[in-house]
Amino acid sequence: MNLNGIDDTPKMSWWSRLAHPGQFLSWTRPLIWPLAALTLVLMLVGLWFAFFNSPADYQMGDTVRIMYVHVPTAWLSQFVYAAMSVSALGTLVWRHPLADVSMKAAAPLGAAFTAMALFTGSMWGRPTWGTFWEWDGRMTSTLILLFIYLGIIALWRAFDDQLRAARVVAVFTLVGAVNVPIIKFSVDWWSTLHQPASVFRADGPTMPGSLLTPLFVMFFAFTLLFVTLQLLAMHTEIRRRRLITLERRAAQGDAL
Amino acid sequence: MSGFLGVLQRELRLNLSGGGEVLTLVLFFIIVGAIVPFAIGPDQVLLASIAPGIIWIAAFLAMLLGLDRLFRPDRDDGTLALYRLADMSMAGVVAAKVIAHWLTTALPLIIASPFLAMILAMDGPTFARTALSLLLGTPALAAFGAFGAAVTVAIRRGGLLAPILIAPLCVPVLIFGVGAIAPLGGPDQASSAMLFLAALSLMALALSPFAAALAIDWGEE
Amino acid sequence: MIGLGEHAEFIIAAYAGVFIGLGLLIGRIVYDSRRVRARLEALGDRRG
Repeated sequence: MNLNGIDDTPKMSWWSRLAHPGQFLSWTRPLIWPLAALTLVLMLVGLWFAFFNSPADYQMGDTVRIMYVHVPTAWLSQFVYAAMSVSALGTLVWRHPLADVSMKAAAPLGAAFTAMALFTGSMWGRPTWGTFWEWDGRMTSTLILLFIYLGIIALWRAFDDQLRAARVVAVFTLVGAVNVPIIKFSVDWWSTLHQPASVFRADGPTMPGSLLTPLFVMFFAFTLLFVTLQLLAMHTEIRRRRLITLERRAAQGDAL
Repeated sequence: MSGFLGVLQRELRLNLSGGGEVLTLVLFFIIVGAIVPFAIGPDQVLLASIAPGIIWIAAFLAMLLGLDRLFRPDRDDGTLALYRLADMSMAGVVAAKVIAHWLTTALPLIIASPFLAMILAMDGPTFARTALSLLLGTPALAAFGAFGAAVTVAIRRGGLLAPILIAPLCVPVLIFGVGAIAPLGGPDQASSAMLFLAALSLMALALSPFAAALAIDWGEE
Repeated sequence: MIGLGEHAEFIIAAYAGVFIGLGLLIGRIVYDSRRVRARLEALGDRRG
């Protein structure tokens, strides 16, 4: 569906402004640099808090500082999947051209954040549990989530026609979204069966405010980073589609 | 309804007559199960304790292996395009295919499983639970598998992609399938796992034909 | 820099891993963006 050149409505609604790839490109382009700057500032402030202005935990010692990168990446690993599922709905229900683009841009980001969550988790696990890998409920379901992300990326790459790919990937993403809670539940059931209540919990009920400040700052820094990268990757994808159309047109022109 | 039965009949006839593919899968299942003792040693006690896991893994792999023939031949010879034009909904076609797939891959494996149980030193009651859990769990594997095959049918070299996509989604089936046999958490846990397994199968069977049909329709457009 | 205690190497490894990962991710996305824009320009598309 190409809306280029069709200009029959005198005033575009906000929805169609949002829906039109070219419009989207022009109204979000000025956002990227401010977002990137804000992300950088928050990241630096967060790092400063994490290393210089937060105490060591009385139980875990300094390893608690890993939390400030672990929790935000773990949050993003799930948030990105939620964002992808919403985009998948946009593709299936409204056939929204931007939803395809958003889905495709989010998949590698989600995979990267999930891999980082696993990596920081194992770096945290080694000093606190004595092992890099523990088959505990959370780590296991995060690993399976990573496999799902990688499968989605592989599926995107297997198709030549991106419009068809978007619809098929959208169906798979939504089936995955239905399955993720089931997987989570089954893995929790399985891990408590195999190792009854020996796993320590990262999110104790009480956490002193001095630990919460860097956590919140880093949380927003990482989330903003995702938003920035997502916008940039969406722009690239929109342009890439334009490029493919232009190249095809040029090739046809040569042939004529 | 007659269309549904027609598809079912056609699938069964094709699968059963087509040069013994059913037997090849059963052979694969048995060989995977029989090869494990060579890797971990012939200790009867150890084998008996992991036998349920081995049988489930073997069944899981065999069912993944059979996925590619679910939609691909029909797509290559144009039958799938005819199905899409037919009066019958695509979900109905997929449902018939899932049932035929289960009857011609999962059921033969379950029938062959006593042999594996014997060589893996399983005792009688454990084997009874294994057979029951396979019977309850394999429909979910067939349903998920059909969805994976449907998602990749439009891709020319999608043969390896379907198992990769589907394996993570099948984790709960494996967990509850083996959990329903091995009395790790006592008989209470095992029976609740059996119920979860049945619930998974019912849900997967009910939803996957629609999801698969959607994927086929949109992949072919 | 404060002392990181007895497990300093794990803390440093975690942060280094994350920031190297982020660097690669950002680098890839920015590189991709530049390349596609350059090719669009080369084809004479001025919409940016």
